[in-house]
This record gives sequence, structure tokens and C-alpha cells, in this order.
Amino acid sequence: MTEPTLHEVKVPRIRQWEPWFFVGPSLLLLLAVGLYPTVFVAYFSFHNWTMGMGPPVFNGVDNYIETLTSSDFISSILRTFLFLIVTLPIELCLGLAIALALDQTRNAWLRRLVQILLVVPIATTPSVVGMLVQLMFNTQLGVVNYGLHVLGIAPVDWLGNAHAALGMVMMTQIWEWTPFVALVLSASLATVPQDIEEAITLETESFWARFRYIKLPFLRPGLVASIVFQTIFTIKTFDMIYSVEKGGPGDATQMIALHIERIAFRGFDVGLASAESVLTLIVTIALAQTVVSFLYKDEV
Amino acid sequence: MTRHKLLSLGHGLFLAFIALIIIFPFYWMIASSLKTENQIFQLPPVWLFKPHFASYAAAIVNDHILRALLNSLIVTVGAVALGVAVGAPAAYGLARYTFRGSSQIQFWYVTNWMLIPVVVLIPFYLLAANLRLIDNPITLILIYQTFVVPLVVWLLVDQFRAVPIALEEAALLDGMSKFGIFLRITLPLTVPGITVAAILAGIFAWNDLLYAFILSPGTDARTAPTVMMSYLGGYIIPWGRVMASAVMITGPVVIGGIAIHKYIARGLTLGAVK
Repeated sequence: MTEPTLHEVKVPRIRQWEPWFFVGPSLLLLLAVGLYPTVFVAYFSFHNWTMGMGPPVFNGVDNYIETLTSSDFISSILRTFLFLIVTLPIELCLGLAIALALDQTRNAWLRRLVQILLVVPIATTPSVVGMLVQLMFNTQLGVVNYGLHVLGIAPVDWLGNAHAALGMVMMTQIWEWTPFVALVLSASLATVPQDIEEAITLETESFWARFRYIKLPFLRPGLVASIVFQTIFTIKTFDMIYSVEKGGPGDATQMIALHIERIAFRGFDVGLASAESVLTLIVTIALAQTVVSFLYKDEV
Repeated sequence: MTRHKLLSLGHGLFLAFIALIIIFPFYWMIASSLKTENQIFQLPPVWLFKPHFASYAAAIVNDHILRALLNSLIVTVGAVALGVAVGAPAAYGLARYTFRGSSQIQFWYVTNWMLIPVVVLIPFYLLAANLRLIDNPITLILIYQTFVVPLVVWLLVDQFRAVPIALEEAALLDGMSKFGIFLRITLPLTVPGITVAAILAGIFAWNDLLYAFILSPGTDARTAPTVMMSYLGGYIIPWGRVMASAVMITGPVVIGGIAIHKYIARGLTLGAVK
């Protein structure tokens, strides 16, 4: 009996529909809950429509013109951007310091404790964080101003003063999200091979040299991931800030997501809110697309 | 003292300081929930006091917090169950097959993860209002898929790839169907990974305020974070009750988070960080 030639072996061909059988249901679901509403938003953005007031009337790009000339929208965008460029560098520096200290400390018990505690701010319900902020930053009776008093600093009107309020939510954001950066960078530091690290320790005493030439290359993916995801999380931020003062006092802490919510669900102007949503979406998707392929280039 | 010892002491002090900053607000929440209304605002703070559980009783009786917690549980379990039911097969499909558009599809899940919630909320609200689905848990379960499915898919693709293909080939020769292999061979081997993904997705579903307070505002239908907001409406905020509710709301997510603390970095970056 001869061996069958390659042509005679019956290779079971992968049926074309097979992968779709697995992937299909999730795609249909996401199309329905993610894409379909987005298409609707795009449709509403070209219409003049107030919720509960007759049918939508096509008005071309009026909503977009109104949005782009509205100082409210522009200032929410700028405020979100300011929020990001203040909090992100602080989160990165602090997160890096925590990750390096965790990597270096010989106190295994303390390392373990901090690694576990870092999860607490990330997991805590943001609306609870918001209420807690209100309690702790109370002008007369809050523990924060009491702490300042002990240090000999005059009380700050955290909830009433616009600048102080913005500073307060920035500090809260830093409290909530620095642990995320620390955990991501810790994971990156863990990828530095032990032998390389030992070798360089024999070569140089300089912390800076060891950091710059050995650790930094391994930290780079983690730093990129931290920047990307923190940017996304910041643009999405709603719950914590809303539960502190609903964007107040005045509009001092009104970020882009709060602004859109206000237009849509307190002003009921669906057309205008939709135009703002589309513009925000374009910015986010552009951002996501540029970084995602870079970030996941080893995958898929 | 040598330089090394000094440095080590510095690291220790810095970490202890960080631990203190992280834990203090949490301590303040728990302590306030156990203080009387007068003690909460007493300055200098009372560090030693007899725990007082009346705030918990009041939160349960006056604010129907147990009902809200039950609603949160229903919505969270429902959302995670649906997300895993459709997301796990999708991750398997992406892990085991390369087909036209498969990588674009995988990235499309990430795009959903980055979606700004308020954007989908507007049409979703209009649709739900039209279908009389406001205050119905189904609505929240569905809209939470925008973040549950991407999370589940991205975390499980790697898990499925790590299962040796030889196991599946052996089952194939035994005449098992592809779906049977997925269900009976591969899936049971990835239960730990699925659990991590489920807990992480569950934390986000449980914590959500924006979708919940717009789509499920009714007194009997609201979830726990919405109850937090309801305290703001009154003239005087009953801080003891607020903090008692806060402890009950955050308890489950903090425990869940600690249980999966090793995987948080990987999870939140959808696997970009190993």
C-alpha cells in the first residue's frame, strides 16, 4: 500500500461561516447598543428638536455652527483639557514614584499592603467618592480644612470658590487614578530581566543611569498605555464630578460630558446635544485610532 | 547608617505615606457611618468613639438602600452574564480563526470601550422611553454591554490562545463539534480568566451612575449609586445615613477589586499591559 499523496488527503476545509458563528452574536449586540444609537445621534445632530416638542425639523449644520460658536461648549472642552494637562503629569510622576518604590523596597509586607490598597480608589464607586469629597472638603466643618488649620493655613472655600472647586476635583481625580498608573508601571517594571538589573548594579551606583538606560525602555509601553487610557478616562469622567457639585459652583467644574448631559437632559435640546456629541466622538475616535494600532501592535 | 539603609527607609516611609493617603478617605467614610450626626462634624475629629449603628438602620428603613442594592445586583449580574455569554464565544472565534476582517473586528471592540457614555445615552433614552423601558433592568443590562463585551473579549482572547490546540484536535478526532469543543474543552480550562473578566466588568456595571440615574430613576428601580445622588435633593444632608449607604455600596466592589488586584492593570488597558 502506498502513502496517499497530498492531493488525496482529505483536509477538512474551514467552513466560511464558522468564525462568524462565534463572533456574530457579540457583533449584533454591539451594533444594536453601540453603533445604532451613534447613528441616531448623527441624525439628530442635523435637526432642530427639543425633547417632547413635536417632530425633529431638519436644520442643516445649524447645530454645529451654534456648538462651535457657543462659549459654553468651547469652555467645557478647554476645561476638560486643562483638567487633563494638570492631572495627567502629576499622576504619571506620582505613579512612577510609587512603582519604583514598590520595586525597590525590601519590606515585603509593606509592598503587599500597598499593592492591595492601590485597588481601593479604582474600585470605589465614583458617586460615593463625590459625596465623600463634599463631606471632607466642607468649609467650616470638613476634615481637610481642619488639617490645614493644624498646619496654620487659613480655611479654603473648596465648594464655593470656582478655582478651589476645580483644584478639589483635580485632587480627587489624582487620588482615584494615580493607583492605576502605579499598577500599570509596576507591571512594566516587573518585565525588566533580573540579570540585566543585577549586572548594571555592579557597573554603576548612579540611580539615574540605571533608570535611564535599563528601566525606561521597559517602562515605555506602560507609560504610553497610562497616557492613552488616562486621556480616555478623563474625557469620559462624569460620575465623580457630577456627584460633587453637578459641575458647579456655576460651571467651574463642568467638563465636556457634564455639559452634554446638561444640554440633553436638563435643557432637552437633543439636536444641539447631538451635534456636541458627534464633535466629541470624532475627537475621541481620532485619538483612539491613532494610538490603538500603536498600542496593540504586537496583538492580532 | 549606610546609604542603602537610608534609601530603603525612604522608600518605606514614602509607601507608608501613600498607603495612608489612600486609606484615609475610606477610613473617614466608615468612621462617619458609625458616628452620631454630632460626632461627624466634631473638630478636632473624635478618633475614639462607641460605634453607633443607627445610621445603618435609618439608611435601610428610610432610603430603601437594600432595594437599591438588590437592583444593582440584578443589573450587574444580568449585564455580566449576557456579556460573558456573547463575549466568550467571540473571544474564542478571534483566538482560533483568522478570517477576513478579524483584526478590524478585534479593534472595533476597543473603539466601543472608548465610547463616551453620554453620547449613546441620548438615543438610548429616547428609544427606551418610546418602548416604555425606562426603569426596566433590561435597559441598563443592554447599555452596559458597550463596556462589558469589549472587556470580556479582549481579556479572554489571550486566555483561549493559551489553551494548547492539541487538546482541541484530539476532541475533533473524537468527532466532537467545534462548538462542543469550545463549550466542553476550552471554556472549563479558562474559568479563572473568565472570573477575572466578570469581576472587573461587574465593578464597572455596579459603579455606573450616569446611565443608571437617567434610564432607571424610579424609586423602586434605582440602583445604589443613584441613591447617593438622591441625598443631594434635600435641604439638610443626613451624613450618617449617606455614609452608611456608601459603605454598603462600596463594600462589594472593593472586595471584588482586591480579589483581582493582580489583574487590574492588564484589565483596564484591555490587555495592552501584560
